[in-house]
This record gives sequence, C-alpha cells and structure tokens, in this order.
Amino acid sequence: MTTNTISVPNPRRALLAGWGRYPLSESDVYRPDRIAELQAVVTANSTSLIARGAGRAYGDAALNDQNRVVDLTRLNRMLSFDPATGLLRCEAAVTIAELIDVFLPRGFFPPVTPGTRFVTLGGSVAADVHGKNHHRDSSLASHVTWFDLMIASGEVIRCSREENSALFWATVGGMGLTGVILELELRMRHVESAYLDGELIRAGNVDAAIEAFERIDAQYGYSVAWIDCNSTKSALGRSILNVGNFATLDQLPPNLAQNPLSTMPKLSPRVPFNFPAVNSLTVRAFNAVNYAIHREKAAHTIFDWDSFFYPLDSIRNWPRIYGKRGFVQYQCVWPPAESRAGLVEVLEAITRSRRGSFLAVLKKFGAQDGLLSFPMPGYTLAIDFPVTDGMLEFLDTLDVMVLKRGGRVYLAKDARMSPETFRAMYPNLGNWQAAKSSADPENRFSSSLSRRLRMTE
Amino acid sequence: MNRVLILGATSPIARALALRFASDGAQLYLAARNADEARRVAEDVSARAGVTALSGTFDASDFASHDEFVRHAAAALGGLDGVVVCFGTLGDEDSAQTDPGEALATIHQNFTGAVSLITLAARHLEQQRSGFIIVIGSVAGERGRKKNYVYGSAKGALATFAQGLRGRLAASGVHVMTVKLGTVDTRMTWGREGALLTIAPAKAADLIYAAYRKRAEVVYVPWFWRLIMGAIRMIPESRFKRVSF
Repeated sequence: MTTNTISVPNPRRALLAGWGRYPLSESDVYRPDRIAELQAVVTANSTSLIARGAGRAYGDAALNDQNRVVDLTRLNRMLSFDPATGLLRCEAAVTIAELIDVFLPRGFFPPVTPGTRFVTLGGSVAADVHGKNHHRDSSLASHVTWFDLMIASGEVIRCSREENSALFWATVGGMGLTGVILELELRMRHVESAYLDGELIRAGNVDAAIEAFERIDAQYGYSVAWIDCNSTKSALGRSILNVGNFATLDQLPPNLAQNPLSTMPKLSPRVPFNFPAVNSLTVRAFNAVNYAIHREKAAHTIFDWDSFFYPLDSIRNWPRIYGKRGFVQYQCVWPPAESRAGLVEVLEAITRSRRGSFLAVLKKFGAQDGLLSFPMPGYTLAIDFPVTDGMLEFLDTLDVMVLKRGGRVYLAKDARMSPETFRAMYPNLGNWQAAKSSADPENRFSSSLSRRLRMTE
Repeated sequence: MNRVLILGATSPIARALALRFASDGAQLYLAARNADEARRVAEDVSARAGVTALSGTFDASDFASHDEFVRHAAAALGGLDGVVVCFGTLGDEDSAQTDPGEALATIHQNFTGAVSLITLAARHLEQQRSGFIIVIGSVAGERGRKKNYVYGSAKGALATFAQGLRGRLAASGVHVMTVKLGTVDTRMTWGREGALLTIAPAKAADLIYAAYRKRAEVVYVPWFWRLIMGAIRMIPESRFKRVSF
C-alpha cells in the first residue's frame, strides 16, 4: 500500500535573483504545498537553507548560492478573519496584494504597506518593512500580534512580545535567519473608503522638503517625497511630497461615495513613469518633467489607493529597464540631528557622480524595535543605482558618509555592503546572535546575505 | 444551492477550483488525506470568499471507509449536488517499474480509489436525478510512455471509466465531465525537466470551471493539448517505443 510518510519533495535547480536582478545565484529550490513537506525540507540533514517569499528583497537576502532555498509561495492560506477586531490569521506567504483584493471591499486595508504590494507578510516581518506611515504607525511587524516560527529542529514556536520575546525580536528584521515564519496574526486597519484625501506639495530643496515633512507630520498619516536627485546647488533635493489620509465617506465626491470600497478605480494623476531607457540624460529629463507637472500650488486631491501607494507596481517589471546587469537600491537612514547634513552630503555626491538614478524617495521615520530593524527616528533616502563599472566602489563611499553620521543601510535592499560596515551600523548584532544561536545552534538557516555580512561570526 | 464535495482538496488546482465554486455561492466540503491541511484550505476558501466551507479527511486507498465517508460528507452538506475528483499522485515511477507494491499504490491512488468514491457518489446523484461529477484526469492517460506508464495507465483507465459513466448517467440527468490536464505548475512538474507549456494552477482552475459552466463532456486544459495528444497518438508504436520523452 501507499506510504504515508512525507518525504522531502523534489528540488528544482534554479538561477535566482532578488528584485534588483543583482546578484544572480544558483540554488536547489523547494516549493512545499503542505506544512509537513516544509518540515521535511527544514529538517533534512543537508546544506544551508533560507526561506524565500515573493522574491521582492532587492539584493541577496533571499538567495543562498549553491545551497538550498525554500519557496513558500504555496503556503499562503488565509485562516480566519474577525471583522469586529480586524484580526486576520494567515500563513506567511499571503501577499499584501491578496489582502487588498480580499479585504479592501470589506473596509479593511493592510496596516502598513511597502511601495510594492507584491510582497509576502512573512518576508515583510523578516525585513521589518516600513511604509509611508512609519512616522505614525511604525512597521508592519508592529501590527503583528504573534507569529509561528519553524526553527531548525522542525519545531514550531509561537512568538510574540510576551511569549518567546527574544526570538520574536530577533525574527522581526532578522532576514529569515532564525527560521521559517509559518503563520501570523495581523491587525488590519478599518477604512471607510479605498481613496485617500491628500496633497501634492512642492518643495524647492532639501530644507523645504524637511520643513514640509515636519509641518504635515501631525496632519497626515501617510507621507513620502519623490526627490529629483539631479537638481543642484540651491535646488538640491527639490521634491514633491505626496501626503494623505484614508478618505472618510464625507470627504468623497458623490460619484465615488456611491461605491467607496471599489478596488478597481484609476482616477488620480499618477506620478508619471514612462521612459524608454535609463541613462543620465533620460533620468534628468524625467525628473525635470516630473517636477514641472506638479508645479501647481498644493491643493487637496483625492487619490485612489493604487496610485497613492503603488505608483511603480503599474509597471510590473520595472527593474528590467535598468538593463541586464541589474541594479542596487541604496536606502539609508540618519538620526534626526544628522538628517539634513547627511542628505545634502549624499545627494551632492550622487549629483556629482552622475550615476543618475531616477527614483529617489525621502521619508521620515519613527522608532523601531527589532534587533536588526532598519528604521530609526530620522530621515531615510532610497535611490536606485544601475549596475555600472565603479558603482559598487561609489556606494562604499556613501557607506562611509552614512556611518560617520550614525546612520545605517537597509539589509532588505543591500547586495554589497561590507561585513565591517554592517557591524558598525547594527549595534544590536550581539544580542541578535545570541537569540539566533539558541534557536538555530548549528546555523542551518543562512543566506548569501548572511554569509557576505558574516552575520553569525 | 450547489453542494459540492471536492476530493483531494489540498492540491493547488483543487484549492483554486474550490474558490471559484465558493465565489459562485457553492457550499463546499473539502476533503484530503491530511485533516489539518484540509482544514487550512477550507479556512482559506472561507476567508477569501466570505463563506463557510467544511473540511474532512479521507483515504483514497482505504476502500472500506468510502461508503461512510461519502454519507458523512453528504449529510454535513445537507445533500450533494456535485463531486470533483482532484486527488492523484505521480508516485515513485522508478520503483513502480520494478516494485508491484509501489505500482499498485499508484493505481489505487489514481484509479481504484476514484472508482470506489465516484461509484458511491454516483449512486447518490443518480437517485436524486441531478448533479455533476468532474473527474480530473491527465493527458498522460492518452498514451503509455516509458517514463510514467503506471500513472498514465491509471489516468487512462479513469478516463475510460468516466466515459462509460457519462453514458450511463446521461439518462438520469447527471453530468460527468472529464478533464485532461496538460502540464500544470504543481509539485508533479516542479524540478522535472521537459515540463513544457506549463500553466499556473489558478489558470487551470479557471479553464476547468469555465468548462463545467458550459457542461463540457471532455475538456483538454489548456485546449492545445488536444492537438498535441492527437499528434502523439498517431506516432506508430514501432517508432513510439524508441522516443525518450
């Protein structure tokens, strides 16, 4: 008769990359459909393993070159939802996009979302991702009441702020290195509509942008600035702030109020991304156009959720525009007292370098608790760099500037930082290592990122 | 109210199909070998479609349990209007070639277990003179190949069984649909070389559901497998025994 024991499923030998398509790596990829299959993969006495969700980390966080990767995308079952509390229990590979599809029509939105909705919740906890509301609502993990973690022994451990809290804080932002997040409970946010009431605010330079962020801080839950990083001198850091709050029913015009939770609208002016190729000329042209069309005075606007939160998702494969060699997104943060000087310094260096990245995003952060979490109070800047000769060396010089001012670089986007820089930027590494080694004494969970940064040494 | 029993509900195609049925207001009983996995799929369908799907466990090879299982599922649903047979496994084809135990296990998982369960469900539907049976087969059943002929023979037999059943139940208004699946992105094809023309499970479920709505008799998923298999069936046996795919 048939055997009922679950054996390790077949792997697929695959060439993988992060969202930036740099670097590439080859791994045996497992894709379990059932939890017992995942357990068989985790406990197989074999090489190093790392979990991978939607593959939206930019660099090498979900890569494990010449080792094993477990693709969790089939473990994406929603388990329960209570509309009275907004509490959703689901498996970790459920994506933000699925949450919006299923729950926005019922008046609920993810409490925090990064700039793409095609990320999994497990990956979002592992990278402790933030969104446009970080200054007010903190990261996504701050709205997770608990999660179940499958550790190297195959055992499943419930982790929360009260229960196994050391492992909880080592897993939030822990880049998947403590185990596989299986299941979690998330508090969804009640919204009256699928629209945001907000403004596009023009800021002529870095000082004006910071001043605008501080001014709107209390008024708007969501804020982000698109920076033209090719403007110079007194216009350095000129930007457009996009700010808003979920619109209440009485804020909607009658035509939208009839169907306030429709997830299909396309009505508001999109930040225009329409470009043939990226070189320094097209990037500068793009930024000039972008700034020009938003030149009108600030005015209240109704945005639909899609164009407000995900202007880049409308171009599914936008990383490909950077060409075959891929790109690195550099995201750093400075403490409040150093933010202005740090921004000026880094933007000037980028302008001088002419390594033209069209996408530069500025955002104000609040505090964060994970041992390896990226956010800290202050300002964060994110910029894309197509892979070109000399680019990696250039980013090393940015690291020096950021580190000198007490800042740090985001691991979920990193593909190139040195272990020394990482150590200096993440002072809680020792505490993290203690929690990591108690859950995974043999260091079975490791990734291309963890080896590159020597995170367990 | 459409009361539907889905057998083998934890397969990705069955999951997607269950969601289609639930979104159209069907009441579902989702059954699989593992109770916890079946429950998770039922909860998922329930949360996404805003319904309450039931779940339970069955063992395709435990024939003696089938009668009680089908009665139980029908009672839990308050009646039975349709059955979707999604279970099946490729098994270990290498050992099935030399180990009769492994070969028979594959036959039970794909054919005899289905025959037992379908016969019981058909009895129920025939009595009430309405309902449907969807049998998920495979293009592997169209011609025996040296690589997977044990699995292929089970799927071929299942298609023949469904064909005859369709004729017999036509008089009682019970519709039997045979699905001939091509390659779908599931664990059957994951990591296997030569899995060409693969489609996503959700796409396969869409096509199956659309065919069900049109009351198709035999449907290839996707359609072009009808042409491919037509061509493959025409290769003379003397040549076919030497091809390696």
